[in-house]
Amino acid sequence: MSTKTPRTRRTLATASAAALALVAVTACSSGGDGGGGGNGGGGGEEGRGDITVWYSNNEQEVAWAEQMIEAWNADNPDQQVEGQEIPAGASSEEVIGAAITAGNAPCLIYNTAPVAVPQFQKQGGLVSLSEFEDGDEYIEERSGETAAQYASEDGAYYQMPWKSNPVMLFYNKDMFEAAGLDAENPSLATYDDFLAASKEIVDKGIAPNAINPAPTSEFFQSWFDFYPMYAAETGGTQLVEDGASTFTSEDGYAVAELWKTMYDEGYSSREQYQGDSFADGQSAMATVGPWAIGVYDDVNWGAVPVPTSDGIAPSETYTFSDAKNIGLYTACENQATAWDLLKFSTSEEQDGQLLELTGQMPLRANLTETYPEFFEENPAYELFGDQASRTVEVPNVPNAVTVWQTFRDAYSEAVIFGEGDIQSSFEDAATEIDELVSE
Amino acid sequence: MTTATSPRRTGGPDRPSGAAGGSPQKHPLLNRIFGKHPLGLIFSAPYLVFIAIVFAYPLGLAVWIAFHDFYFTAPGVPVDRPFVGFDNFRTALTDPDVWQAFGNVGIFLLINVPLTVVLSLVLANGLNQITRFRTFLRVAYYVPYVTASVAVVGVWLFLFNGNGLVNEILGPLAPSPSWLINSTWAMPTIALFVTWKQLGLYILLYLAALQNVQQELYESASTDGAGKVRQFFSVTVPGVRPATLLVLLLSTVTGANLFTEPYLLTGGGGPNGSSASPVLIMYQRGLEQGNPDVAAAIGVILIVLVLILAYLQNRFAGERN
Repeated sequence: MSTKTPRTRRTLATASAAALALVAVTACSSGGDGGGGGNGGGGGEEGRGDITVWYSNNEQEVAWAEQMIEAWNADNPDQQVEGQEIPAGASSEEVIGAAITAGNAPCLIYNTAPVAVPQFQKQGGLVSLSEFEDGDEYIEERSGETAAQYASEDGAYYQMPWKSNPVMLFYNKDMFEAAGLDAENPSLATYDDFLAASKEIVDKGIAPNAINPAPTSEFFQSWFDFYPMYAAETGGTQLVEDGASTFTSEDGYAVAELWKTMYDEGYSSREQYQGDSFADGQSAMATVGPWAIGVYDDVNWGAVPVPTSDGIAPSETYTFSDAKNIGLYTACENQATAWDLLKFSTSEEQDGQLLELTGQMPLRANLTETYPEFFEENPAYELFGDQASRTVEVPNVPNAVTVWQTFRDAYSEAVIFGEGDIQSSFEDAATEIDELVSE
Repeated sequence: MTTATSPRRTGGPDRPSGAAGGSPQKHPLLNRIFGKHPLGLIFSAPYLVFIAIVFAYPLGLAVWIAFHDFYFTAPGVPVDRPFVGFDNFRTALTDPDVWQAFGNVGIFLLINVPLTVVLSLVLANGLNQITRFRTFLRVAYYVPYVTASVAVVGVWLFLFNGNGLVNEILGPLAPSPSWLINSTWAMPTIALFVTWKQLGLYILLYLAALQNVQQELYESASTDGAGKVRQFFSVTVPGVRPATLLVLLLSTVTGANLFTEPYLLTGGGGPNGSSASPVLIMYQRGLEQGNPDVAAAIGVILIVLVLILAYLQNRFAGERN
């Protein structure tokens, strides 16, 4: 028997009606596509005038961007550029994604992660640079063969390959010496060498861990443990190629087994270290790019290519690029100006400035030949300059972030925490990933 | 059975029509819409607008998104967003990570909610009775609540890591692997952390409620021979029942929305997803991976489950009348 009073019924009816109305109103407002054109209205590709650009917030890149904008503005009084750091957020990709949705993304962002490009492209947030008359030609001439990795599935470029941070194996010379290892020419070319050095360091108590890549579950963490070594082991194979995952191979299992041994033997920690374990002397090695040179001032470091099972020559060793590129966003009204600025900021002169000010490698063919003075004066960077020509990018495929999260989950379970069999975990992940990239 | 009725103080069908009714009777429709005191609507309007914009609209939008094939796009991009019925719910509910996350948050609530109620009531009762260091202790309990999680998480990481203080004290009794990378202990450790962090707020709620428990009741109980423990269970606990319901509801709602702690304390819900929460999965699916429709479906499921829990709490812990 119902015990509801008339008042209760009225309240319920009012609440239900309000809820239905709200959903209906929401549905109506969400169903619309909003105004403006896909290319941001305004002048579109022909538009010229003032524009805004975003760049990364680290000190070196801010310095580079400020001088670049100053140089442009001095020569282009009728097409002024306003620069600002990417607004703070959990990650740059989330901020950029929100800006695309809100329609207030700037014209250019000098920190567009390749892994996010398929998503931004799907959102209609990126301009195809191939649509500019000299688009493909400029990109391919500047970056050479490497450029192909940055083309989207439709063959067009939605990102300008800008700079890479080829990941190499840093080691602490003082710790190696204390462990009785050769600090100047360390034997780190093969997996056996790598494991032997790790054992010496840990067994002799030189450092709590030999190397400490973040063991956490974020999708991008595999770029700094599995992927550089996988790129090296396979001679430059991406995680996904031709619409199918590649890591269920002998090479993939070999890299996974190496890291599993590192965790099982305690050479790497399953616990997240708060801070930079290499800088803090808590580990003797690290897999990082040349950006770290400026950061590891207090460490007597050396760098070598990441190891492979058979120890191939450094001149043939591939690694993960850790690149950041430039995106031209559809909200931009003056896209012609943006394209010109993009070319200006990736010119030989500005790439030289980037190298000088940040130590990061412009994604430019013949890098070491183009800037011989820099590499002569800064021998520490020479290895990275050479390595920059042999880098592997994250695959430019649909659902790229989900692909990497799926891989990370399988890797975390089977390799880091050693639960289950590597082969079956990888096979399950590969099946899921193949479905994701075919969507 | 007898039923007693009391005379109605205002209005009612037995009220003589036209007498003292005034203007409301002249405009029954307006009266029904705006009530007897339209001015009240004006005063409450800012908050109603706030609720509508910040809570109701996003909630309605989330429900709409959950039933459509939806992803975020730039303004003006022509894109179909067809109605897909329960497809997004099917995707969510066939995802083992989602089930694991709901199971994890269930474990979290089972530990966090009772612990919060018991500890905050006991501590508030103690704080209400002591006279020395009262202010200091109240502030001490409240400080974690107002401190940013990001800062406090750092301290807990040092406490609970393999070489941390907790394991040093426990010695051979320390779990292996250590707390936050142990699939059995990661979620209970997070529950403990959140309980400790939120305790200050709930203690304040109970302290306020305790001021309303009549002193005479304690005196009567004492006269009847009740000791301190008996007084606590027979006078204090029933006396703060409304506050208990509030604490139950708040801790359940905030607990179900768990995000920061697994995001920071266990590095994204690790190990192997054993500390992932539904909201963390929503964040991954919706913002990182570009599937806001599936994320919205998970959110709707979460809301329904929290409403059921809230109803049950209200039914069994609320006032009987």
